[in-house]
Amino acid sequence: MPALRVNGRAFEVAAEADTPLLWVLRDTIGLTGTKYGCGAGLCGACTVHVDGVATRSCQVLLGSLKDANITTIEGLSADGSHPVQRAWIAAQVPQCGYCQSGMIMAAVALLRDKPRPNAADIAAAMTNICRCGTYPRVAQAIALAAAGTTGTTGATGATGMAGATGANKGGGR
Amino acid sequence: MSIGRDLDRRQLLSGAAAGIAGLLLPFSLEPSARAAIVSGTTGATSTTGAASATGTAGSEINAWLRIGTDESITILIGRSEMGQGVYTALPMLLAEELECDWRRVRVEAAPAAAAYRNLYVVKDMLTGGHADPAPGLAGEMRDWALSLAAGPFSQQVTGGSTSVRGGFEPLRRAGAQARHRLIAAAARNWGVSPAECLARAGLVHHEASGWSLSYGALAAAAADLPSPGSVVLKPPGAWRLLGTAVPRLDLPAKVTGEAIFGIDVRRPGMLFAAIMASPVFGGRVKSVDAAKVQSLPGVVAVVAIPDGVAVVADSTFRASRALAALPVVWDEGANAGLDTAQIFEGFRQALSEEGRIAERRGDAAAALAGAARQLTLDYELPFLAHATMEPMNCTAEVGPDGVDVWAPTQAQDGARAAAATAAGVSADRVRIHTTYLGGGFGRRAESDMVTQAVVIAKALGRPVQAIWSREEDMRHDFYRPGTVQRLRIGLDAAGLPVAWHHRIVCPSILDRIMAAATWLKPDQTSVEGAVGLPYDLRNLTVDYVKRNTPVPVGFWRSVGHSHTAFVTESAIDEVAAAGGRDPLALRRLLLRGNPRVRAVLDLAASEAGWGRPLPPGSGRGIALHVSFGSIVAEVAEVAVAADGTIRVPRVVCAIDCGTVIHPDIVVAQMQSGILFGLTAALAGEITLAKGRIEQGNFDDYPMLHLAESPQIAVHVIESGERPGGVGEPGTPPIAPALANAFYAATGKRIRRLPLMRAGGA
Repeated sequence: MPALRVNGRAFEVAAEADTPLLWVLRDTIGLTGTKYGCGAGLCGACTVHVDGVATRSCQVLLGSLKDANITTIEGLSADGSHPVQRAWIAAQVPQCGYCQSGMIMAAVALLRDKPRPNAADIAAAMTNICRCGTYPRVAQAIALAAAGTTGTTGATGATGMAGATGANKGGGR
Repeated sequence: MSIGRDLDRRQLLSGAAAGIAGLLLPFSLEPSARAAIVSGTTGATSTTGAASATGTAGSEINAWLRIGTDESITILIGRSEMGQGVYTALPMLLAEELECDWRRVRVEAAPAAAAYRNLYVVKDMLTGGHADPAPGLAGEMRDWALSLAAGPFSQQVTGGSTSVRGGFEPLRRAGAQARHRLIAAAARNWGVSPAECLARAGLVHHEASGWSLSYGALAAAAADLPSPGSVVLKPPGAWRLLGTAVPRLDLPAKVTGEAIFGIDVRRPGMLFAAIMASPVFGGRVKSVDAAKVQSLPGVVAVVAIPDGVAVVADSTFRASRALAALPVVWDEGANAGLDTAQIFEGFRQALSEEGRIAERRGDAAAALAGAARQLTLDYELPFLAHATMEPMNCTAEVGPDGVDVWAPTQAQDGARAAAATAAGVSADRVRIHTTYLGGGFGRRAESDMVTQAVVIAKALGRPVQAIWSREEDMRHDFYRPGTVQRLRIGLDAAGLPVAWHHRIVCPSILDRIMAAATWLKPDQTSVEGAVGLPYDLRNLTVDYVKRNTPVPVGFWRSVGHSHTAFVTESAIDEVAAAGGRDPLALRRLLLRGNPRVRAVLDLAASEAGWGRPLPPGSGRGIALHVSFGSIVAEVAEVAVAADGTIRVPRVVCAIDCGTVIHPDIVVAQMQSGILFGLTAALAGEITLAKGRIEQGNFDDYPMLHLAESPQIAVHVIESGERPGGVGEPGTPPIAPALANAFYAATGKRIRRLPLMRAGGA
């Protein structure tokens, strides 16, 4: 029975060697934070870290993962306190939220490789698809995380967004 | 600003109307709904992750509110959270009047129940987007009649950008009534007059004595007190919560992976069903060789479903692998020869037919005949898929106590009806548990996946999650209709439009969903946005030629506006060009009598630096559109490289959505609507060959990525008018703004989308 190391824990997995990691995580181990979006490595909703590298888990087969260390969104922090998760809250990034586990995992890997990414670095690394159009806030949250200005409570809300895209005009109440 | 005064009068009248229509003050729940809510306290109905059903004791105050002895404030939301922020904006409405402690507010998905029906969306559809009553007695009478007419069609559904518009008064009123009852309970306890008491931050205070009691302590007593019939709502100037950008309540669970979407539902003993419907619309399974897959690992059964087949296994992957190996022979039926070219040729031929009149101002025919010049402009827009990030899925369990359905659905009543039919039980035996939705955009207003899940779960006698592959999702959508439209515009000697005839050839969505709404006037979802233009066009005709095809069509973010706005706002630009006028100047001229709309246009133009020179190969385009009660103007900048590559570096958006409930959600929804519309306008196209949808995944139905996303600046005008919608109105203007910018950059006019095919490289 193949063994797998996920979020620091070892699992014996009763699945065929050609099972994509995505489905091992979701259906066998029960970690549903990692999402299915396309099954073809095109959308990034299933992004996890394999030995620290952002990897589309729908494209990696169980049989190839001997001795690999896998980190999923559930393993990022116990309570959502990872700096990137805090940045995501500070910039109020998610909308429907479905793609965001993958987005966050991709961003964490990016910031590990390039702690001060420029716009081109962000564009090159963040190839995940979001149908809600959270891209402007994804870029903003990565900048916040890189600058270390995400706050501690995550309760700053969007009103504190640097370079906010919103502006209120006109009279009203 | 006179909302406070209007409200008082409206309440009295709508209260009276409710006595007759029984629709506006839905406080009496049907028994099944009440049972479902109660079970929510045990956690049985809570699957959203946002819901934090702890099992603590609590009291139901009304259909939307439960207060726990632990001071928790649980607000039940009967609208679906699909990214648009209703799990924050709607609780804010209730909490503002309840005077609770916002930090204690939790959201729980409401069950399917009459209390949560969406009357507003039907009224909006019947009136072509004018559901809100006009001030005065005549307006109230109209609203009363409209509510009566809309009532029979009213269902619990999230759509039409109606959640805040429809909830604005009922939810605030529910909060105020609950506050009155909590105060009354405290006053009775103390033996004082309620008038001496004050509620603030989850406590009722008696000022004179200094006594106070918490909502948690008062809830049980308050639940037994009658609800006051009439309450006075706070004027906007007294709001503390509404109008502020509080952090969204659903986001903490969405950054940790804890949020439960439909695909994440797990039930004891649950099986997974991979679905394959006929690749040709209307086809059926002729034969299946189930023996070929039954011995594959984990496979439990091969089940016939309407128009297709499912393989059920103990994991998603095993089910889908076996499905791929399953030999299926299809009876492709009558549509096996269908292709997009044929469909559009039929649409083009239909342009010569007389359409059903959707709007008439003055005499367009006579004005055309007498015009100094005529423009005849034909536009074509493709079928589009929704491609929600979470593919279609549904989990069902059929047992002796009835049917449980866990669904990422926009349509709880539709899901309930579908499940009841599929299981052969009455609707009151079906419990709908709404999960988070991994995108909706109108696709999840349909219940085809519910039928499948229930059919399979019933056949197997075990809980089943039916899940579609991305390809299945792409090929079995209810698509944004493809459409061909013609504008004939008469210009006077000065180049100004004196006649406007807009003919729309388009499949009908409502024929399938609500045919009765097309008895008195043409399908509003086909003509909305073409009718009611804000411009001073005195001789105008809009007519509709219905052309249904075998391709299923449905609601796609902004629905008819998604195509009509492209046509009207492209055409206005062509009028400007024909008359040698600046596109902004022409629009301003035609909006002389409409200062509220013109202010939005002006703000977008000035923030975008309209008129400031751009580098060669670049251009700026503007578009304006009124939809779902909101006015949106957008300016797009397009840069076309020598090799034809198109970039959109920047979009500036201005919106007047009236009274703003949550300013940051407004900004987020404009960003969202713009990127959704831009993706479609640049590259979105669904085509058919041999009766089959040709696209299957994100390689051939491409999506905009972060790298291609423009900078988006959003400017919100707080006009203080009644709230407008925000989920959809950002989408319609971006396609014409893009095409107009492309013209400014290249001199090439785009009358066919997507741009990448029609005009680009």
